[in-house]
Amino acid sequence: MRIAFTTKGKDWDSQMDPRFGRTDYIFLYDDESEETLIEDNTAIQNAAHGAGPQTAKKLFDLSPDILITGNGPGGNAAEVLKKSELKIYIGAGNMTVKEAYSAFKEGRLDAN
Amino acid sequence: MKIAIASGKGGTGKTTLSTNLADLCAERKDFPGIILADMDVEEPNSGLFIQREVQKEIIRNKMIPQWDKDLCSNCGVCDSICRFNSLLKLGKTILVMPELCHSCYACSELCPENALPMQMQKMGRQTIFNTDSFIFIESRLDVGQEQAVPLIAQSIEYIDSKYPKDFLVLLDSPPGSSCPVIEAAKNSDFVILVTEPTPFGLHDLKMAVNTMREIKKDFAVVINRFGIGNDAVIRYCSDEKIDIIAKLPDKREIAELYSKGKLVHRDVPEFGKELKKVAKYLKRLSDRRNNQ
Repeated sequence: MRIAFTTKGKDWDSQMDPRFGRTDYIFLYDDESEETLIEDNTAIQNAAHGAGPQTAKKLFDLSPDILITGNGPGGNAAEVLKKSELKIYIGAGNMTVKEAYSAFKEGRLDAN
Repeated sequence: MKIAIASGKGGTGKTTLSTNLADLCAERKDFPGIILADMDVEEPNSGLFIQREVQKEIIRNKMIPQWDKDLCSNCGVCDSICRFNSLLKLGKTILVMPELCHSCYACSELCPENALPMQMQKMGRQTIFNTDSFIFIESRLDVGQEQAVPLIAQSIEYIDSKYPKDFLVLLDSPPGSSCPVIEAAKNSDFVILVTEPTPFGLHDLKMAVNTMREIKKDFAVVINRFGIGNDAVIRYCSDEKIDIIAKLPDKREIAELYSKGKLVHRDVPEFGKELKKVAKYLKRLSDRRNNQ
């Protein structure tokens, strides 16, 4: 299973980014191969419009099974993500990546 | 002559100034005709203060691309070209998000397969009213529409094409300092920034001033609710050499009349006196422009 996190940094101890569209990084973890992959999304800060759909497109191309984030995607981004099979969990905005992963494993995060 | 009545902060009195000024200018007959146009298309409210009769209603449309999947070769040019990210290539589909589209035609023109023809979508309407003394025009965006700019642009274009240049056009503009107010201001000859003498008023006035300087528009300030807050707005305007045209007083009576949907300049003499300064300022501005 491949899990994507919206994060402010590149490590397990980094803070989660509560924002979806303007998240700094997408942290991708494959819990079978135990591989991580970091997608740099910092360039999105320059986008005046449509940051949500743009990040959603990136996620669509990465095609993880699960997304863990803070506030959840907005309307346009949600429209894009509907085209994928992705399951979204929210409410992890104030955690570290590690904490968010445990919270998800223990079923403490809300499905969006 | 077109005057945009704008502000940084919302609720400083753009509509109070616009409606009363239109009424006073019509009474003074300094100009051959007066048009008041409510350009705050997301929440037009000038009409609440004006006895009016509908003369004409115009449906306003904008153009957005519609994806034809049979013609599409899935090359992705449209996705890479859109500055507003309103069009995305997702695998084999192209997803168009009409709310983000600015009707720039780039995707439609550059699509090698002509698979993105532009289609009309209704965004709102523009209504022309007759009143006893001036022409009132209201532009109103439909609920759910997010782009104010195309409607403002089309509305001003209509005014430019239908009415003589020597009419005084007052544009009751949207608040803030972003695209909608810029659209109204950039198409005007002069901008009046309405502010209140409070720290919030000053903070947003500075943003509006910077915006007007950036787009190289001449402007001056009207202070509304003069008497509350502090003198920081006056000091700022004096430091920056910005004209203060008038100081509309803060009075409970004004708020009471406003809450009943009534104009105030006749009933509150202190207000009327200051408002006359604005009317005279516009007359001088127009004379100066005509002599140039």
